[in-house]
Amino acid sequence: MGQILFTLFAFLTVIAAVGVVLNKNAVNAAMCFLLSLVGVAGLFVQLDAYLLAFVLLLVYAGAVVALFLFIIMLLDTQGGSPRRYSPVTIGASVAALALMLTGLGALLTRDRLVAPAIGSADGVGAALKPYAYQLFTTYLLPVQVMGFLLLVAMLGVIVLSRRLTNGEDSQ
Amino acid sequence: MISASLHTYLALSGLLFVIGFFGVLLRRNTLVVFMGLELMLVASTLALVAFSRYNGTPDGNIFVFFILTVAAAEVAVGLAIIVALFRQRHTVQVDQLNSLKH
Repeated sequence: MGQILFTLFAFLTVIAAVGVVLNKNAVNAAMCFLLSLVGVAGLFVQLDAYLLAFVLLLVYAGAVVALFLFIIMLLDTQGGSPRRYSPVTIGASVAALALMLTGLGALLTRDRLVAPAIGSADGVGAALKPYAYQLFTTYLLPVQVMGFLLLVAMLGVIVLSRRLTNGEDSQ
Repeated sequence: MISASLHTYLALSGLLFVIGFFGVLLRRNTLVVFMGLELMLVASTLALVAFSRYNGTPDGNIFVFFILTVAAAEVAVGLAIIVALFRQRHTVQVDQLNSLKH
């Protein structure tokens, strides 16, 4: 059962991700991105990270994709010139493909990476209490920094989206 | 219940990362390029969660929590920049945004 679910979610994730890259229409690409995120959330559930799956659906699928769709709706992004790729782009593509194939081959054929045996113990992400305890003791400083980062990002977005009216700003 | 090996998760994560990278590399629309960037971030979080599950420590999960926070802030700022760019130049195609190039 778990194997079937894993295969299902993995295929959903990869096929939807390919759809993001290949779709001409930006709205369809955003919808494929949403499907891909649902697949990743399913994989998180399989890895016992229930909180993270929930947060991923809430933040990414709920907020980020909605924001993307709003911006696509706001800007008229259709059309554009036909594709012409520079030699640098083609070289980088070939290099990326070669690196990925080498990495996947090394990962799947050699058994360098020995995973520790999983006992019958529950996943660490499953229990919320130790998770929150770690978050607010060991990682208290990063939590504070994240809060400050969100504040800075909010102020930055307000400044960026202000309509520029005075002369020295608008150029 | 765990049902796939660590190798499988890592291969899947790498595949997802490369797909996002090709989205960044090959697409002309800035919004789709941004989506490819987000795909790469999600792929890295998948690898972190898999490592955390197989290692039996919660640190990877906590890092993913931080990554999600930073990604949310990044998306907000990035889209605001794209909207400001569109107001100035009336396009979001990357091959037409080349005034720093020449």
